[in-house]
Amino acid sequence: MSTETDVNLPQPPSPGDGPVIEVDDLHVTFAGRVGVFEGLRGKKATQSRAVDGVSFQLRRGEVLALAGESGCGKTTTARAIMGLQPPNAGVISFKGKPLPRNLKPYRRKVQMVFQDPTGSLNPRQTIYEIIAEALRIHGIDRGSEGETEERLVAKALSRAGLRPPERFFLRYPHELSGGQRQRVVIAGALVLEPEVIVADEPVSNLDASVRGEILQLLMKLRAELGLTIIIVTHDLGLAWTVADRVAIMYLGRIVEIGPAEDVLLNPFHPYTKALLDVVPEAGGLERPILAGEPPDPTRIPPGCRFHPRCPVVASGKAAELGIEARCKGEDLALEMLAHEHEAACYQASLEDTRPAPTS
Amino acid sequence: MSDVLTLEDLRITYHTASGGIPAVRGVNLNVKKGEVVGLAGESGCGKSTIAGAVLRLLPAKTKIEGTLLLEGEDVLSMKPGRLRAVRWTGASIVFQGAMHALNPVKRVGDQVAEAITVHNQAGEKEARVRVGALLEQVGLPPRRMSDFPHELSGGQKQRVMIAMALACSPSLIIADEPTTALDVMVQAQVLKLMKELQRDLGLSMIFITHDLSVLVETSDRLAIMYAGKIVEEGPANTVFHDPKHPYTEALAASFPEIGDTRFRGNPTGLGGDPPDPADVPSGCSFHPRCPKAFEDCSSIEPELYFAGEGRRAACLLVSGAKAGVTEATT
Repeated sequence: MSTETDVNLPQPPSPGDGPVIEVDDLHVTFAGRVGVFEGLRGKKATQSRAVDGVSFQLRRGEVLALAGESGCGKTTTARAIMGLQPPNAGVISFKGKPLPRNLKPYRRKVQMVFQDPTGSLNPRQTIYEIIAEALRIHGIDRGSEGETEERLVAKALSRAGLRPPERFFLRYPHELSGGQRQRVVIAGALVLEPEVIVADEPVSNLDASVRGEILQLLMKLRAELGLTIIIVTHDLGLAWTVADRVAIMYLGRIVEIGPAEDVLLNPFHPYTKALLDVVPEAGGLERPILAGEPPDPTRIPPGCRFHPRCPVVASGKAAELGIEARCKGEDLALEMLAHEHEAACYQASLEDTRPAPTS
Repeated sequence: MSDVLTLEDLRITYHTASGGIPAVRGVNLNVKKGEVVGLAGESGCGKSTIAGAVLRLLPAKTKIEGTLLLEGEDVLSMKPGRLRAVRWTGASIVFQGAMHALNPVKRVGDQVAEAITVHNQAGEKEARVRVGALLEQVGLPPRRMSDFPHELSGGQKQRVMIAMALACSPSLIIADEPTTALDVMVQAQVLKLMKELQRDLGLSMIFITHDLSVLVETSDRLAIMYAGKIVEEGPANTVFHDPKHPYTEALAASFPEIGDTRFRGNPTGLGGDPPDPADVPSGCSFHPRCPKAFEDCSSIEPELYFAGEGRRAACLLVSGAKAGVTEATT
């Protein structure tokens, strides 16, 4: 186990470089199923628009949190970035070039860490085999400094905080604790020396006290190796601890994106505000809670897709401001409302709801 | 106020082929009428085992020692018939996996009604009326009683489970991780519902989860468990905001408040892993992971010492600071 306790404050991404990954107007649609008889009667399959026009740039060295309720499309976006989910429309570029047909060289540079460490490790392989497999698939038998395969595996394990690495070589996943398994998954991603890590809910399956350690590890790797990290999460508290920027997704779209402090402390979008309201904390359950179930991506409402649940519309404030018709009828895009801070909300663009700057 | 539930020196040992595994190692806890006690801890700390013991739902060869009184009645010596009667009328459980706790081929209304008719609380007709009222109480339209579980969303299923737990008006409801499988927004809705029901009906509850921030919202009192023992207990708010035990501190820090600059860019966690119940460390069971451990911690096993108004903590640091008071108050 690692003993490092050093504090890794977020480092501003170095300017000048272009984005590492650029997502431009990404659409992913899943087709529903229609029974034989319904099909004969002419019923069409319902389309589920899981990702419906997502664009953002991932800057070198930053930690971007992709947050939202289940079904908002955050995992689908992550999978599309990995090339695991072919997009129906839109372009994903890596360092300015669209993803090639052959994804193997790209996957060396962009690695994914999944939610469930137990499920992502082969129970019949030793830890050594699991880590070395990635090297073998990519045909790497020497490291950039001429290291042997064994050295590379050992290096990845110890970077992931499994020390001494040799002790883990011959173990099987079931012999390790949940936290250690997640470290093995991270080591498996690190062994290829990637530039980007896409982590899908990397700690939500872990015990409370172990979570912090895994997040610490990711922060340390970012500082030491200059990794760029996308964290998919539903936990805004987690975004607060590790992310430089936060993107809030709702029904397949990013509705707000910006620096973590701004999005989490001075949110523009009513949905972001609602999400922040339900973060449990001492103060009780007196705060407003959005009614209704998570929205259904097969039935995306017209206009602002949040309007059926939006407190601004429900309270009549939107009507007062004369924007109700647009909320209910006109689709809208993200708008830059403050420095680097974008949101898609008619009310927010109408009035700057943030407190006046103190400087 | 009378105690609804009393646990005294409760010890629970699971039977396995390779010997007994102590899951709960001497727990004292009581729940007063109308009180919500939050039981927190990581997987393997024994919190769900306690829930199982109250209704005697543990595997057959499990050894349960100590005292376990439900409304003054000894649960451990109950005969099967009495036990059946007490389950659900004396105490009921809202389980973690609402998704799997319902029978997929029976209408949800019938499942709730079954709990009522089995306990002879009402005839079938009357039961249906009561089910309608219960569903309304948990925020579902009564017509949903003829739905099958797959027609309901996760949050709705959990509402049905809550209705079922309320069906026989038990004196104690145990909620075992009732919201972990739910989405954030739905989790908040369900928690709010449970809190409102508790307040309106004066329910006594044990709320089990590893998420301290959830407990602090719902509970009056908190008990933090580690390796089969309670290591800290006291009023929910003070335990969360001013923890005395280093483990509570670490657990509280795992759920940082947004806006708290101490955690910005600085996730905090404990080194090491939760202990193996079959091989608990000597002395204070937390000492191998404790950032504040000193020499004595590996040899002296701390008791729950006085740690302020209505609070106790099992940490030698607390005993040292309060050495004089400990004698007088415990």
